[in-house]
Amino acid sequence: MRSLRLLGALIAMALLAVPVFARSAAPVMAAAPLAQAGECPTDYPTETLEIMAPAAPGGGWDTTAREIQQVLQNEVIDQNVEVFNVAGAGGTVGLAQLVSDNAGDEQTMMMMGLVMVGAIATNQSPVTLEQVTPIARLTTEYEVIVVPANSEYQTLDDLMEDFKANPGAVTWGGGSAGGTDHILVGLMAQAVGVDPTAINYVPFSGGGEALAAILGGQVSAGVSGYGEFQDQIEAGELRALAISAGQDVAAGATPGAGAASPTTGSATPVAALPPVPTLQEQGVDVELANWRGLVAPPEISDEVRQCMIAMIDQMHQTQAWQDVLARYGWQDFFLAGDEFGEYLSEERDRVIPILQELGLAE
Amino acid sequence: MGPLGDLASGFGVALTPENLLWALIGVFLGTAVGVLPGIGPALTVALLLPVTYDLEPISAFIMFAGIYYGGMYGGSTTSILLNTPGESASIVTAIEGNLMAKRGRGAAALATAAIGSFVAGTLGTLALTLVAPVMVKLALRFGAAEYFALIVLAFTTITALLGGSLVRGLISLLVGLTIGLVGVDTLTGQSRFTFGVPQLLDGIDVVTVAVGLFAVGETLWVASRLRHGAEETIPVRGSVWMTREEWKRSWKPWLRGTALGFPIGSLPAGGAEIPTFLSYSIERRLSNHPEEFGKGAIEGVAGPEAANNASAAGVLVPLLTLGLPTSATAAILLVAFQRYGLNPGSQLFQRDPELVWGLIASLYIGNVMLLVLNLPLAGLWVRLLAIPRPMLYAGILVFAGLGTYSQKGSTVDLVILYVLGALGFLMRRFDIPVAPAVIAVILGPVAEEHFRRALQLSQGNYMTFVTRPISGSILLLAALGLIVPIVLRAVQTRRTPPASSA
Repeated sequence: MRSLRLLGALIAMALLAVPVFARSAAPVMAAAPLAQAGECPTDYPTETLEIMAPAAPGGGWDTTAREIQQVLQNEVIDQNVEVFNVAGAGGTVGLAQLVSDNAGDEQTMMMMGLVMVGAIATNQSPVTLEQVTPIARLTTEYEVIVVPANSEYQTLDDLMEDFKANPGAVTWGGGSAGGTDHILVGLMAQAVGVDPTAINYVPFSGGGEALAAILGGQVSAGVSGYGEFQDQIEAGELRALAISAGQDVAAGATPGAGAASPTTGSATPVAALPPVPTLQEQGVDVELANWRGLVAPPEISDEVRQCMIAMIDQMHQTQAWQDVLARYGWQDFFLAGDEFGEYLSEERDRVIPILQELGLAE
Repeated sequence: MGPLGDLASGFGVALTPENLLWALIGVFLGTAVGVLPGIGPALTVALLLPVTYDLEPISAFIMFAGIYYGGMYGGSTTSILLNTPGESASIVTAIEGNLMAKRGRGAAALATAAIGSFVAGTLGTLALTLVAPVMVKLALRFGAAEYFALIVLAFTTITALLGGSLVRGLISLLVGLTIGLVGVDTLTGQSRFTFGVPQLLDGIDVVTVAVGLFAVGETLWVASRLRHGAEETIPVRGSVWMTREEWKRSWKPWLRGTALGFPIGSLPAGGAEIPTFLSYSIERRLSNHPEEFGKGAIEGVAGPEAANNASAAGVLVPLLTLGLPTSATAAILLVAFQRYGLNPGSQLFQRDPELVWGLIASLYIGNVMLLVLNLPLAGLWVRLLAIPRPMLYAGILVFAGLGTYSQKGSTVDLVILYVLGALGFLMRRFDIPVAPAVIAVILGPVAEEHFRRALQLSQGNYMTFVTRPISGSILLLAALGLIVPIVLRAVQTRRTPPASSA
């Protein structure tokens, strides 16, 4: 399967004129030695590194994986990096493959994120994130709550007032049932004392359909990652009422970067947080980060785990990675190793109960 | 200056030798991936994105536009010749197109598809140039109720495909609707008919269903019959190119297909499939040769092919004016825009006029290139059919398997393909038409989704479908489409003798 994909990509690349290929393949920078404070005693990786994107090409996980691929092979390691897709069921098909087929495989990592935590619960996946080896959390995007420009709701308070009075009459448009957007509305309902089962959440497949429904005034309010709506917000077609960042993050000038990581050395702020008040600032005590990170298969040696963490840490510190974050408007959300593992279980404990309340998980 | 002046400057950008080269690479790649089932334009652009980062944005987009249009051209080739649709928008083409190929008119079918695609692509791009801002305002008025009404209208198409026996046609329809139910229900997140198989949670891909029922089913059927009767290869009958008569029968469907494809394609949830169904049923009704439908009528290829290419142009309307991605390829193009630090949306036309108009100009150029590339190829492709049948069908089987596997690289999909192939064989054995099943797989799930979403938005009020003006009008149209032919027939039979009544 991978070779087939690769074949397709190779044919495509061969057909591309040589100059492009030559330019992008030219070494941008000599690979720096990996050994860092004795964390990774050996040379790693010793062969082609593979990153699984457990989703179809083009989505968030796939895009992140392909950007990691570029930065790693251009700036961090001598080996090639390949990205392959295992799409299906919110990433749980890929997760199952990583745990069964790739156990002990020291040259493979998998992209994942908050959506997978939810999908494991809603799809009743027999394989869970407790079985994988956490490597690092890398990015986050905050959620934004918007209304069309001509909406009667001027502020979050206006919207929440109607929501509290008659939850069913306020329709929320967002992504798939049980996804990040749905979880946020559920958490907001809990925070303001509305029964989560009473919310009228309308899932749309694909960002475009939800956006069209919001712009066309088909729903009362929309929920999605800030990036999905950014252009329409800036153009004044949508009014942003709140973002889901935490107060501490919103207060800092370089959100995420300083707060999240003890090892980060980046001086340049990445994408600044959008100029929208947070939910918490407006009295709705909810914080939700749509984060993404990397995990490795189970049963790998501790040494290799350290090497993977060191490699990703080093990638995170490159200017090229900071440029990637800025280009996509992602926030830096770096957290490595055991701390990331703890974060995973915290997220699980927070997300699963709300999915159960929404009737989406058992 | 107006759009025409802007377009002229766009041609100035696109007509540099380097950009022409990118356009050529794009249309070539696009045609190639369109021909291969499973590898669509979306996947190709996604795979190429990291490689093209060093290109000028305009060059990259010119190439992507070529891939996008090229994929729509290429998709029809395998549909017509091998009954193996490369993507869902070519499924209707396979119905009449493959029958034409079996009658020896494969080259004409390919030619009418290519020219129809050219006409529709050019007119669609022209419409994109002139009416995009107006179109998009209209498109936003479409909500769930309107989409449901539109799908009901498309469903009336099936009545034309049910075949001789109503019962058999309905069985096929039910088979399709059941297959369409498999997977996670979009609105509640509950899984249906997945039997604990995680790969089934995302549903069964429409292309897999079409390839399984059409191509694999037919291969098994042919294989079971091979020892009965003499082998015959399919000869090319008459001229390789379109005859005068075929031209005459094609040009109106091209225009009507365009008129359906562009506006529906520009609707945020319109898609490329619905206009192909509508085009098919309209052509069948308007044709002077209705008896040829089901035996390979050229109108049934010309109309839907024009419709799917026009909808490809339509998809760019919300993408360029609102930053709304409404198809898989558009979503990837949006990612590409963001990669280059461009935010498509209402500001794009003002902020980067050079890029937008250069892109639009390159669509015109790409269309001409595609026609030049595809017309001579039609004569070449059609020779595939001269291959003796055992080898031809063995090849189709390999091709179908390869395409299905390469979509997700999942062996589960291959099992599904062959189960569906066996089902297709049984349906042929018992004379049940397969086309209604495939159409039901496409329309059933979206009909349900929009129906329930409309009710959710209206808080359970069923009147929403008739009280909303656009939705109500479309439903009325669908009702008339069903009732009028029946009434007319009744009136005609009562008036005996049937002396040329209008």
